[in-house]
Amino acid sequence: MLATRALSLVGKRAISTSICVRGGHGVAKVDDYNPLPDVQFVTELSAVQKSLKEKEKGSWATLSNEEKIALYRISFKQSFAEMNEGTKEWKSVIAGMFFFIGMTGLVVLWQRKFVYGPVPPTFESEWKEKEVQRMLDMRINPVEGFSAKWDYENKEWKK
Amino acid sequence: MSLAKPAMRGLLGKRLRFHLPIAFALSLVAAAAFKYGVTEPRKQAYADFYKQYDTTKEFNNMRDAGVFESVRPTGE
Repeated sequence: MLATRALSLVGKRAISTSICVRGGHGVAKVDDYNPLPDVQFVTELSAVQKSLKEKEKGSWATLSNEEKIALYRISFKQSFAEMNEGTKEWKSVIAGMFFFIGMTGLVVLWQRKFVYGPVPPTFESEWKEKEVQRMLDMRINPVEGFSAKWDYENKEWKK
Repeated sequence: MSLAKPAMRGLLGKRLRFHLPIAFALSLVAAAAFKYGVTEPRKQAYADFYKQYDTTKEFNNMRDAGVFESVRPTGE
């Protein structure tokens, strides 16, 4: 169990989670503490890989690009690009958000129908008409506001 | 090839020397914009309104509409 965990951790390139990335504001504690020593990704080398490891002991200039990549893949599970790529988790997050907002909407509709009583009579159209007429009679905000928009000569709203 | 030593001191001062004049300038601009975009037109609107205001006529209109409690509409 620990061995498999060690392998997957090495695949995360332990260096990338060290202080150089995380310690922007001063590291007071070490997260991702891993007491196990780093182990290369592929532990059981095939014959080809073994001979490649021998070749690695010599001059690296003789290594072709494919061999260099093969050596990398022996030591590490993922490249930096593979390791850093984002997940598609955000889609689930957005979907969950919409779902719960929708559920909340249903709850609100139910509440409106079955919980809240009727609205006061002051919201009826006739009441509102009388209210507006009284406000105009009192000259509410006659300079720049409410009554300023009413044409008192022609008894209609200014165009 | 080693890199140059980064600035270790005076970072806040440098930031302030850069940002404070900008902040002051922008604040003055905002204040001026509000003064000449909002308050001056508003003062002018009030001045114009009351230049043409006939107090007695407006009072009588309001009185006839029945909004006062101290005076009833004319003819009651």
